[in-house]
Amino acid sequence: MSVAALAEGTAGGRATAGSHGHEDLKRLVVAYGFWIFLISDIIMFAAFFATYAVLTDSTAGGPAGRDLFQIHTVAIETGCLLLSSFFCGLAMIGARFRKSLVFHGAMAVTFALGATFLWLEVHEFAHLVGEGAGPTRSGFLSAFFALIGCHGIHVTAGLLWLLTMMAQVIAKGYRVDILRRLLCFSLFWHTLDIIWVALFSLVYLVGVAR
Amino acid sequence: MSELAAADDDVPGGTAPGDEDSAYPTLGAAVRSYLIGLILATLLSGVSFYLARSTLVWAPSIPIALTVLAIAQMGVHLVFFLHITAGSESVNNLMALAFGLLIVMLLVFGSLWIMTHLNHNMLPMDAIMRMQR
Repeated sequence: MSVAALAEGTAGGRATAGSHGHEDLKRLVVAYGFWIFLISDIIMFAAFFATYAVLTDSTAGGPAGRDLFQIHTVAIETGCLLLSSFFCGLAMIGARFRKSLVFHGAMAVTFALGATFLWLEVHEFAHLVGEGAGPTRSGFLSAFFALIGCHGIHVTAGLLWLLTMMAQVIAKGYRVDILRRLLCFSLFWHTLDIIWVALFSLVYLVGVAR
Repeated sequence: MSELAAADDDVPGGTAPGDEDSAYPTLGAAVRSYLIGLILATLLSGVSFYLARSTLVWAPSIPIALTVLAIAQMGVHLVFFLHITAGSESVNNLMALAFGLLIVMLLVFGSLWIMTHLNHNMLPMDAIMRMQR
């Protein structure tokens, strides 16, 4: 057998037998790359968090965390985000088993819970600014608004992405590339919830307990 | 997707983060994983919120307890929602996460360490104001 025929044989073999493996590999590489992005996002949050931790006591005579934080609101926010993470998982199962009702229903619930979270957060920010405890009041409040606001912006982006994914599934169906994007979206959404665990525990609860 | 799961062994580098196909082949098993995660996370959150307001616990220990509970809950989220486990098939995902955590620790504890020393060695604010006058 000539070298050319051998090369053709292996190339042909890869194209036919490996088409499935290729999609598998692509899913793996894309998800891993997105995972690396999420970890770098966590590192960015750590920088904001370090700033906040350094500035917690720099209240410049203004209100501290225990005077401002409303734990009831934070508890509802936490519940919303945790449940939305759960429903996001259900949506992914719906997509995997091609159950469109489960997928769209769970995605809609995820959106509603995420939007409720965001609404409560905007409400809290407006309340703080109204009380004269806006980000310009002290170093502590600047760091607080930057940290929590950064998470809020991520949630906003996640909600827009969620709607885009619902529309893409309706328009294009459960194609391999759409499922890959869905996997990335679910990773993003679960990671936002993990970051919120750190925020509600170490910013709000420790702030109130001090 | 079931044939995709079967081909998982052929892929070098194991499973993608968040992929539950190989670990939870049936719909019921997949839902159960998320349900266990939800219950555990709710419990841990509940204990955290309770501890923050409680007077039962020695007050200085509360921040440490809250930190431990938060780390535990993040672990629950990683395992049951993101499906990052210690298994050999997801070792790449875990290594990336471990490196990320190293940077996070350096960033947070390094900043706190340096800044508390600076605060400790700095003149009180009113003394600086007096010197500027």
